[in-house]
Amino acid sequence: MAKLKLSTILKYAVLIVMAIIFLTPVYVIIVTSIKPLDEVSLDHMWALPTAIDFSSYIKAFTELAPNFMNSIYLVVPATLLSALLGAMNGYVLSKWRFKGSELLFTIMLFGMFIPYQSILIPLIQFLRSIGLYNSIGGLILTHVVYGLPITTLMFRNFYANIPDSMIESAKIDGANFLGIFRHIIIPLSISGFVVVAIWQFTNIWNEFLFAVTITNSDSQPIMVALQNLSGSQIVQWNVQMAGALLAALPTLLVYILLGKYFVRGLLAGSVKG
Amino acid sequence: MKDVELTHLSKSYDMQTEVLSDISVSIHAGEFFVLVGPSGCGKSTMLRMIAGLEDITEGTLTIGQKKVNDLHPSKRDISMVFQNYALYPHLSVEENIVFGLSVKKVPKTQRKKRCHRVAKMLGLTDYLNRKPRQLSGGQRQRVALARAIVNESPICLMDEPLSNLDAKLRAQMRSEIKQIQRQLNITMIYVTHDQVEAMTMGDRIMILNEGKIQQVGPPIDVYNAPANEFVAKFIGSPPMNLAKATIYPDNQTLSVVGRIHLQLPPEDIQRMGTKEVTIGIRPEHLQLATSESQQPGSSKFEVKVSHVEVLGNETLLNFEFAEGNWQAKWNGQWRVNVGDIVPLSLHYSAICLFDTTTGNMIKQPTQNEQHLIQGVSI
Repeated sequence: MAKLKLSTILKYAVLIVMAIIFLTPVYVIIVTSIKPLDEVSLDHMWALPTAIDFSSYIKAFTELAPNFMNSIYLVVPATLLSALLGAMNGYVLSKWRFKGSELLFTIMLFGMFIPYQSILIPLIQFLRSIGLYNSIGGLILTHVVYGLPITTLMFRNFYANIPDSMIESAKIDGANFLGIFRHIIIPLSISGFVVVAIWQFTNIWNEFLFAVTITNSDSQPIMVALQNLSGSQIVQWNVQMAGALLAALPTLLVYILLGKYFVRGLLAGSVKG
Repeated sequence: MKDVELTHLSKSYDMQTEVLSDISVSIHAGEFFVLVGPSGCGKSTMLRMIAGLEDITEGTLTIGQKKVNDLHPSKRDISMVFQNYALYPHLSVEENIVFGLSVKKVPKTQRKKRCHRVAKMLGLTDYLNRKPRQLSGGQRQRVALARAIVNESPICLMDEPLSNLDAKLRAQMRSEIKQIQRQLNITMIYVTHDQVEAMTMGDRIMILNEGKIQQVGPPIDVYNAPANEFVAKFIGSPPMNLAKATIYPDNQTLSVVGRIHLQLPPEDIQRMGTKEVTIGIRPEHLQLATSESQQPGSSKFEVKVSHVEVLGNETLLNFEFAEGNWQAKWNGQWRVNVGDIVPLSLHYSAICLFDTTTGNMIKQPTQNEQHLIQGVSI
């Protein structure tokens, strides 16, 4: 009994230490964000503020609001489109196999390993020629295409667990390709959609390189604007920190609200039934 | 009413080896037709070809005189029950049952009516609002069945529908399926690897092995006169006892490893025209030798019992014979100990003979216990 207790204490001690290390930056961000500017300095980095001041949030919000909305306009359609197209791809590649579909899948997966940097110049040239350069639309297109390999992979593996006989049974009943997708595949893959949506939402929201190269000024998403917030002369660290927290808020909310589906979805393949 | 006709049907996935070769059979309207064979024999493939879920490599398939080789599954007027039931987990029992009807745009009121009629027939009325995961295995099986018959298709295909149920439930569902088939007068094509299901359910059965037809016929005929050694071993539980035997035309006898000697009618020797044969005898035809059983055409031999199973109303004796394990089935309870020497007798009329090289039957048993009830009114 005593031995068991000791090991439990040890376990918790390790976990608490780890948690503290992990949360230290978060502490600094929060503390700094509620300090007035004159209290912010490297010497007093760890100190609690003498007075709580939310003005940095107001400032960060007024500065970032348009870009925040840009990010929403970008991330919502891009997530939905890439999830839907990924689901369609996964459905075809797992349930309507055709000659060469495996090869096609492999080639698609290869897209995951192409570094962003290597395609920047042709990408910008292409977007310019189709008139989508410097627009949210261009960013959406880029993210949907870049997201397809991973969403296709996730959905294909998810659908591999749906028995073929379910599709065949629907076929005999007279349901067609789209009917089966709508009435059977989509309802069965809600948790798959949640996983993919969280994944894509987070990735697209936090993405910086495409955002900074494809868009400028008015159409910039929040991650670029956050970077620009720091200015060129003096950095208002409290505003910067408040901005960072605001920018992180949506992904945080998505995790809190949908997190349990995320875990369930990731485990969906491993547990039968 | 539509016949299903398979003419020289073949299936090959790689264009080199055939999964099914040259299958020709005519399945009559209203018939309960069972496809039976060991796993991997191609029986499911054949069913899926009839359903339209697999392409036909060669040959023609007609349903009601109409060639349907390239017809979409939904246009073939069939329903199908899958081994794993293939119920939609996100839909309720009722939605599962009417799924096909709603796809076919059957009016809602009629959908409801038909669903309730079928649910009543299968005892599912109380479960219509449940989800499949809230049902037991047997109930799920019933939902799958209901989903097939609610379509009122004249042809129903079943792919090992009872293999996931326990023995007791299986026996119950066997008779239920058979009753429903008779009641609705549908053509049933039923795939199973279980020879008990084949024997008890089929009007006719087809035994498949390695993609080839072994025998087609009513179960009793197949049991009594198996076309070859494979069928003899496959149908019947416990299986038929087989051993190599030699015919000596000079003194008109058949000898099995020097232990069984049987007198043969001369015309049989002439007709068979081979000396190396395989003898087959059903376990129930190996009876205890008594002084009366020494009649012409029978042979007596002694065996050492290696294992005994008393099944309540019958007793199974296992013994080594001719480098194989043989079984004898006696009615009643017999107190036989392992190691006992038991005298057995068999009669020439009860045995099958197979050509050893081809495996085909060359002599069928003439003694079958057929009992008829005549003039009995219940």
